[in-house]
Amino acid sequence: MIRYVLWRLLQGVITVWFIATATFFVMHNLPGDPLADEKAVSPEIRENLEKKLGLDKPIVVQYGLYMWNMVQGDFGLSFTEENREVNAIIRDHFPVSAILGVLAIVIAGVGGILWGALTALYRNRWPDVVIILLVILGISVPSFVFATVGQLALVTINNIAGFQVLPVAGWGTVAHMLVPALVLGLGTMAFLTRLMRTSMLEIVSSDFVRTAKAKGVPTAQIFSRHQLRNAVLPVITVLGPSIAGITTGGFVVENVFGIPGLGRYFVLAVQQNDYGVIMGTTVFYGAFLVLMVILVDILYAVVDPRVRLE
Amino acid sequence: MSDTLIPSSPPAKPFKEEVSRGSAWQLAKYALVGLLFFVVLLALLGLVTANSAAGTRSTSAVDYATNTITLTLSSEPPQLNSTRSTDMVSGMVLGHVMEGLLRFGPDNNLIPGIAESWELDELGGTFRIRSDAYWSNGTQVTAHDFVFAWQTAVNPETASQYAFILFPIKNGQRINEGELPIEELGARALDDFTLEVELEQATPYFLKLLAFFTYYPINKEFYLSTGGRYGADAEDLIYNGPFRIASWVHGASVRLEKNEYYWNRDETKLDAIDFAYILNDANAVLNLFATRKIVFAGLNSENLDRALKNRWRIQEHVDGSVFFLELNHRPDRLTSNYNLRKALQLVHDPAELVYKVMKLPGNLPGESIFPVWLRGVHGSFRDEYPGPRFVQDEVKAREHLAMALDELGLDELPPLMFLTGDNPVSNKQSEYYQRLYKEKLGIEVKIDKQIFKQRLAKMTSGDFDIVAAGWGPDYDDVLTFGDLFASWNANNRGRYENPELDKHVAIAQSSSDPVERMEAMDQVQKILHDDVAILVQYERGSVYVSDSRVKGVSRRAVGTDPDYTRAYIVQEENE
Amino acid sequence: MSELSFKPVSLGADVEQRSRPSLSYWQDAWLRLQANKRAFVSLFVVVGMVLFAFVGPVFWRIDPHAQDLDQTSKPPWEDRRALIVAPYQPWSGVSASSPEGDYVAPRSLEIVGDATTTFVRLVWDPVPVASGYRIYRQIVEPQSGEPLGLPLGTVHDGSVSFEDRLDIRPRTYWYSVVALDERGEEFPEATTIEVEAVFATTVANAIERGYVSNPESLSVGSTIHVPLHPFGTDYLGRDMLARLMEGARISLFIGIVAPFLFVIAGVVYGSIAGFLGGNLDHVLMRFADFVIALPFLLFMILFKLLFGIGPGESGILPMLVALVLLSWPGAARLVRGEILKIREEGYVDASRLLGTHTSRLIMRHMIPNTMGVVLVTFTFAVPSAIFTEAFLSFIGMGVTAPTASWGSMCNDGIKTMESTPHELIFPALFISVTVLAFNLLGDGLRDALDARMRYGE
Repeated sequence: MIRYVLWRLLQGVITVWFIATATFFVMHNLPGDPLADEKAVSPEIRENLEKKLGLDKPIVVQYGLYMWNMVQGDFGLSFTEENREVNAIIRDHFPVSAILGVLAIVIAGVGGILWGALTALYRNRWPDVVIILLVILGISVPSFVFATVGQLALVTINNIAGFQVLPVAGWGTVAHMLVPALVLGLGTMAFLTRLMRTSMLEIVSSDFVRTAKAKGVPTAQIFSRHQLRNAVLPVITVLGPSIAGITTGGFVVENVFGIPGLGRYFVLAVQQNDYGVIMGTTVFYGAFLVLMVILVDILYAVVDPRVRLE
Repeated sequence: MSDTLIPSSPPAKPFKEEVSRGSAWQLAKYALVGLLFFVVLLALLGLVTANSAAGTRSTSAVDYATNTITLTLSSEPPQLNSTRSTDMVSGMVLGHVMEGLLRFGPDNNLIPGIAESWELDELGGTFRIRSDAYWSNGTQVTAHDFVFAWQTAVNPETASQYAFILFPIKNGQRINEGELPIEELGARALDDFTLEVELEQATPYFLKLLAFFTYYPINKEFYLSTGGRYGADAEDLIYNGPFRIASWVHGASVRLEKNEYYWNRDETKLDAIDFAYILNDANAVLNLFATRKIVFAGLNSENLDRALKNRWRIQEHVDGSVFFLELNHRPDRLTSNYNLRKALQLVHDPAELVYKVMKLPGNLPGESIFPVWLRGVHGSFRDEYPGPRFVQDEVKAREHLAMALDELGLDELPPLMFLTGDNPVSNKQSEYYQRLYKEKLGIEVKIDKQIFKQRLAKMTSGDFDIVAAGWGPDYDDVLTFGDLFASWNANNRGRYENPELDKHVAIAQSSSDPVERMEAMDQVQKILHDDVAILVQYERGSVYVSDSRVKGVSRRAVGTDPDYTRAYIVQEENE
Repeated sequence: MSELSFKPVSLGADVEQRSRPSLSYWQDAWLRLQANKRAFVSLFVVVGMVLFAFVGPVFWRIDPHAQDLDQTSKPPWEDRRALIVAPYQPWSGVSASSPEGDYVAPRSLEIVGDATTTFVRLVWDPVPVASGYRIYRQIVEPQSGEPLGLPLGTVHDGSVSFEDRLDIRPRTYWYSVVALDERGEEFPEATTIEVEAVFATTVANAIERGYVSNPESLSVGSTIHVPLHPFGTDYLGRDMLARLMEGARISLFIGIVAPFLFVIAGVVYGSIAGFLGGNLDHVLMRFADFVIALPFLLFMILFKLLFGIGPGESGILPMLVALVLLSWPGAARLVRGEILKIREEGYVDASRLLGTHTSRLIMRHMIPNTMGVVLVTFTFAVPSAIFTEAFLSFIGMGVTAPTASWGSMCNDGIKTMESTPHELIFPALFISVTVLAFNLLGDGLRDALDARMRYGE
């Protein structure tokens, strides 16, 4: 077990190195000048800037320097917020995105599994039909619409109530988190509900369920012990990448609800050609994602005894 | 295996049996566990964030008890080291917490700031620093602080993008280009309270520059004590303005509190200004306003009706910038042909753009590169020098197009590249222009939509025929617009070159006779129009809603905007 | 057991009579799909959408790019009458000298000529002490003491008239005029007038836009009916129906082809990894992890460069490639997980014991049994591909203006959700219906393809 985990972690490090290298060279070959600004920069001032940011060196040297610093855990400086280290940006804003993401993924995961099980249980009856219709709505309406509508609903509720039921925007207390997390988790929850339903129904007709039935095991026990447990597997599989998807894809929600998360920084960085932040966040998220995938694989083995960790 | 062959026989429905109550109960139990888990998690996360500083304090728009108003910022201030700031948000925050030799008064005129008095002639002068000006750590503001800040700004190692604004000071440019040591800058402290300034050449608008943030003072001792982090955090700054930054949570909030060390503190009426949200989604900002969380919200053409239905108080403001289509004058471009440009100009209708496409009051259909608010000799520049009248004429436009095709030796014009940004406003406009030129002249326009830095790169390298651009004033003088299309100006991205125009710009730069300067600028606007250097689109205005309980807010085109330094709260009127 | 219990059958009798004709796997699946009403209807909806996109423009011959700036953001239910007016001529306005008196609000406020969507011209009586006047426009009746609405402008120098041309819509407006004192501050009283603006157009415009078939009959002052826009118009006055048809081509292409390709890629990749297992599995899955972690936005720009897509050209193909190249790992991981599970099933062991060839094992047992999750992934990838396209188009990397897509129409519509909801509702409805159809069809397909599920319905 420990050997397996160590082996996986080593592979993870190599994966992250690949990600860093690929991103570094793609980024430096993209059009667009990180030093350009709305008001033109004279060649002399530009030269000064380049020297300051180390962009005057050949790209291979820059790559070497970057990798060396990265190994030491230093992602360099942001180009747009020039006084801040990328490390500080990640340190300040990742926890916010992570909290939002964890809540969203829990809402999506718990909700998806429960709704999915419910629909499978009541297959083709009204709860199933209603939930599936809601799921379709959840997936076919983009998150920016949900965010906007959700916020507008908050305004209406607060104005009708005459006091603040839940805050409209901002960050800091539990009350600030609920609606953004819900909006963020909605799409994934819809997806997981469908996935869970499908996989539940498949298991209903599988051999071991049939055997259990024939043995006279009570339905409730079959349901919880065999069906649920086995049906959760594909849900867990997609959970890993979804975690990263949700934490990075929080851009829209963070933007609308004024949440100081990392998603805003990344999109802004791409538009601004902010090499420091692009690299820092990509590598950090890459590492985070690889870690999540490893975790999910371990979780997989825990849930399903048939899968062994080699 | 024969049963697989009976698809249409009524199936035995083995699974549509009664839903087992047991299973449903089981599920309900799981649901309860899931909910419990969620609540516990929520509580834990709430605890974690409550202990970290990143929280939004739950405030209302106006807090009578603490004498505080709450606002939003459209983005995190990227750079509060005044020698290196370039953007509007940083400029706005700095304008509240710092003060230069001069500052803007309530009627948008320049009034003495840290400088009590001054004598200035064509090539320099002395400024008398007031003796009651202190930094927020208690040290005195001296002439040395100005010298240090200005030397730092032109120092090549600082790599300030706004170093050019100090170039009127003697040797400024040469120091920035690394030819001279920074000590050679023409600004010297004769003693703690006397600042002597030498100018490179006559600069009639020099006084107007002094309220600009690059000219703010910096305390040398404190600057060096921050170890290169000056301006990075609230603790890494000291303040000599009406307010100080009490807390700055990156990406979340900036809170300003009254600066008790400010020399003119009696004029500061608010105890605190809380930029409690960093938010740039217009609808979200309006939602905060609707729930009375903030005192100010900008409007756009899309959410205007909502403000009207809610009967909010709407005001307008001209923000000072002028927007125009820059045509590419590089010789290998089609747009270097005069007749083609003339054709484009003759069907261009700024009024239609403003009234039917942009749909927002406050914007004025563009007539000249010089906006209406600029001052001339005595009154408004545009009243004194209205510039050429501009008339649409489709028939003439087609004649010019035919001539252009003739000169270019083409039967049909290849598509023109219209470079534009990725924001909704420029989107709408570029689609409008595409259709306009197609319908009126049969010219194919291709829209090249690019994200911010890519667009700038293309503008600089000249990879466009038409580009939508804008210019916001840096200082309150006609020249901030007037020298834009001088052949040496790096912001002249269409590389328009006209010796005649250069000559007039040179006059305006160095002449100290206001009439001569304004006449030169009048010539500039005539040349820009007659030679179709650019197509002026509009002067940007904005409309906004604000809380009627807050008074004394100044809006201005140049300088800190909006300016809350003299704002105060009144009791609710009739609500 | 007596002898009578058994009796030899007559050899002539048809013992193994088949009750139904023999059917192949696919025929069987097709029959089952037909039996599933919801799935079958969905199939028709999908086909209908494709027809809407490709055949629709044959019947609805309106240029999706034609702008009509007089009819922007017009809901389908709005009045279609239009008044013919003379072409717009600039107005010099009216000036008056200040009278004597001590009142601070104009005594009268009138409109000059017709109040139309082209312009509304106001004239008022001068106020004795006014240094100027500010003009407001409101869409609800202003109550006394309340804000007067939208500040349209300020006039000075003795002018007592104002011409409003700013986005006038056919509706009721309340115009107010407030006098300003010598410091430019407003006096507390205002004069308000209620104005009913009517939709107006000029003869030239009516002909150019094709409002009428017989241009000779047009004269200033007559009323015509402008053609119907069944789904209204957008913010530049373009016909929504024509744009929805155009958008359908883009959105359906990206929404169907991209997920189809990357799901197939994911299935192949995932089943190879899952089935072969061991070190190869490891290497393959690490590569998948690597691809997942690549920043989509950056690589999108890269593909655009590699394809040599110039400015102003459609970026649909690189977008497709980028979507396929970067999105398959999700499906691959899912399929691999399923395969790992199925690999341990009894029937696979049994099949293997019987000496079934590996490829047949994959094709016959593995893939059909993963069909369920694969179809779910596919049906959910449809909307996300549509929205990715919208996002990319928004930041200038997808379709270029003026081409429409459903996603970009949603993007535009959300901003005016409250005032003109039709701009959001119609594209959103089309996306929802398409997604719903794909989901139900996917359900049906899964049931039809999976032999074990046949009793399910």
